[in-house]
Amino acid sequence: MKLGANILIGGALFLVAVLAGVFAPWIAHTDPVMDANLMVAEEPPSREFWFGTDAQGRDIYSRVLYGARISLTVGIFAQLVNTLIGTALGLSAGYWGGWWDDFVTGLTNLLLAIPSLIFALAIMAILGPGLTSLLIALGLTNWSFTCRLARASALSLKSQGYVQASKVLGYGDLRIMLTQLLPNMLGPLIVIGTLGMGGTILAEAALSFLGLGIRPPYPSWGSMLSEARDQITTAPWLSVFPGLAIFLTVLGLNLLGDGLRDILDPQSRSRRL
Amino acid sequence: MLAYAFRRTLQSFPTVAAVALVVFVLFSVIPGSIATSMSDDGRGAMDAEVVQRMRKELGLDDPVYVRFAKYVGNLAVLDLGTSFRSREPVSQLLAKRMWPTMQLVLAAMGFAIVIGVPLGFVAAMRPGGVIDAVSMVTAVSGLSIAKFWFGLLLMYLFALKLGWFPTFGYGGWWYLVLPAVTLGVSPLALLARTTRAAALEVTNADFVRTARSKGMSEARVVRWHVVRNVAVIVLTTLGLQFGSLMGQAVVVEKLFSWPGIGSLLVDSVFQRDIPAVQGCILLIVLFFLVVNTLVDIACAVIDPRIKYT
Repeated sequence: MKLGANILIGGALFLVAVLAGVFAPWIAHTDPVMDANLMVAEEPPSREFWFGTDAQGRDIYSRVLYGARISLTVGIFAQLVNTLIGTALGLSAGYWGGWWDDFVTGLTNLLLAIPSLIFALAIMAILGPGLTSLLIALGLTNWSFTCRLARASALSLKSQGYVQASKVLGYGDLRIMLTQLLPNMLGPLIVIGTLGMGGTILAEAALSFLGLGIRPPYPSWGSMLSEARDQITTAPWLSVFPGLAIFLTVLGLNLLGDGLRDILDPQSRSRRL
Repeated sequence: MLAYAFRRTLQSFPTVAAVALVVFVLFSVIPGSIATSMSDDGRGAMDAEVVQRMRKELGLDDPVYVRFAKYVGNLAVLDLGTSFRSREPVSQLLAKRMWPTMQLVLAAMGFAIVIGVPLGFVAAMRPGGVIDAVSMVTAVSGLSIAKFWFGLLLMYLFALKLGWFPTFGYGGWWYLVLPAVTLGVSPLALLARTTRAAALEVTNADFVRTARSKGMSEARVVRWHVVRNVAVIVLTTLGLQFGSLMGQAVVVEKLFSWPGIGSLLVDSVFQRDIPAVQGCILLIVLFFLVVNTLVDIACAVIDPRIKYT
C-alpha cells in the first residue's frame, strides 16, 4: 500500500535520528568538543574518520551524532510548546467565542504577519545564543497554524449533538473541551505537529548557521555548516554530512506527517497541499 | 474594484501598527540599556558622564509611553532613528539595501513559478505516472532541505568546481543565479504540490464537466475554467509563502554575502544596533503585507466570484 510506505520510510528515518542522538555517547568515536587533534586536521573521510575531520581535527561523525541531540531536543520540545499554546488558545477561542475569540484571532493574525524566522531571530537577538533561548524563540513563534486549526475544529464541533448533550448534562466548559472537543481534533493536530517539527528543526539549523543559535564549539548541525562554509574550498566534506543529517531527519518527519495525514485526517486528502 | 483595493489596503494598517508596537516592546525589554551596549564594543568601560549624556540624547530616561509616542511619531514621517554603528539614518541604510533584496526575492519567486507551476500541471495530468512521482519526490525533498545547505552544495558544484557562476558577492545577473535558485527551491516545491492538488480538484469539478458537456473546446475549458481557478489558489499560496521566503532570504543573503536587508539585519543583531534591527524587521513585515494585499487584489480581479467587500 502506498500510504504505508510514507509512514515506514519517514518513521525509519526519524527513528535513526532519535537513536543516533540517544546513543551518541556510546556509538561516537570521540568526544565532539574536547577531542581536537591538530595532527589529523582536515582529513577527508577515511576508514578511521568516517565523515572526515574539521580544521581542529575533530571527528565529524561523532559531531554529527551529538548534533542530533540539539536538533531533536529543540525540534521536539519547541514544537510541543507550540502545539500546547496553539491548541489551548484555538480551542478556547473557538468554544467560547466573544471577546476572547476576537483577541486570539487578532493575536494569530499578528503572528502570521511577522515571518516566524524573523520573529525568532529578534528573540534570539534579545535573549542571546543558547539552548534555552532557542526553545523560547522557536516555541513561541510557530503556533499560529495550530491555533487556527484548533479554532476552526472547535467552531464546527461545538454545534454537534454530543457536545450539546454534554452541556445539558451539566459538564463544565473545561471538561467539554478536554473530553469532547480535543479527542475529535487530535488527528489533524498530530499531523500539523509532525510537519511543524520538521520546520522547527530547519529553523534551529538556520539560526545556528547565522551564529545566533548554538554556538561553536558545541555541535549543532547548523553551526557545523557555518564553519564548513569558510572551508568549502579546502575541506568540502565538512559541508556534506551535517546538511545530509538535517535533510534526512526533516524528510523523515515530512513523510511521516504526510502518511499520518492520510490515516488520521482522511477528509483533507483532496484539499491536501 | 478600486474601492475594494483601497479598503483592502486600509485593512493592513492596524497590523502595521501592531507590529510596530511588538517591535518596540521587544527591544525595550532588553536587559541593559542601549547606551551601555553602544559603548560595549571592546574598547573598555565608558565614562559614566558620557553614558549619562547618551542616555539623555537618546531619550532613554523618558518613561516608556513617552518613548513609544516618540517612536510612532517618528515612524509616521519615516524617521527610523539613526544607526548606532554607521551613524547614518536607518531609512537611508534600508533604502540602499532594499533593491538587492527585492532582486533576490523576485528572481527566486520567478524561478519557483516558472518551474513549479508547469511541474504541478504536468503531474496532475497523469496522476500516479512517472512525472507525477518524480515531481512529488522533488517537492517533498525541496521542503525538507535546509536552504543554506542547498546553497552550499550549489556553490561548491557550480562556482568552485565548474566555475559557471561567482561564489558569492553582488554584481551582474550572474551573481544572482545561485542565491535565487537556493531561495526558490522551497516555494518551487510548495507550488508544485499546490498546483497539482488544485489542478486535480478543478479538472474534476462539476463546472468543468458541464463546460465540456456543452461542447466547449478543450483549450477554452482550460483557459476559462481550469487556469483561472488554479491561478487563484497558486497566488494565495505564493502570498502566504512570501513571509517564510523573506525569513529564508536572511539566511541566503548571509550565505552568499548578498548586501540586502537580511544581511543588514544579521549584522545589526551582532552589533546590537537596535534602531537598524527594528527598521529591518518593520520593512520586512511591510513588504510581506504589501505583497499579500496585492495578491488579494489580484485574486479579486481574476475570480469574479470574490466579492469586493
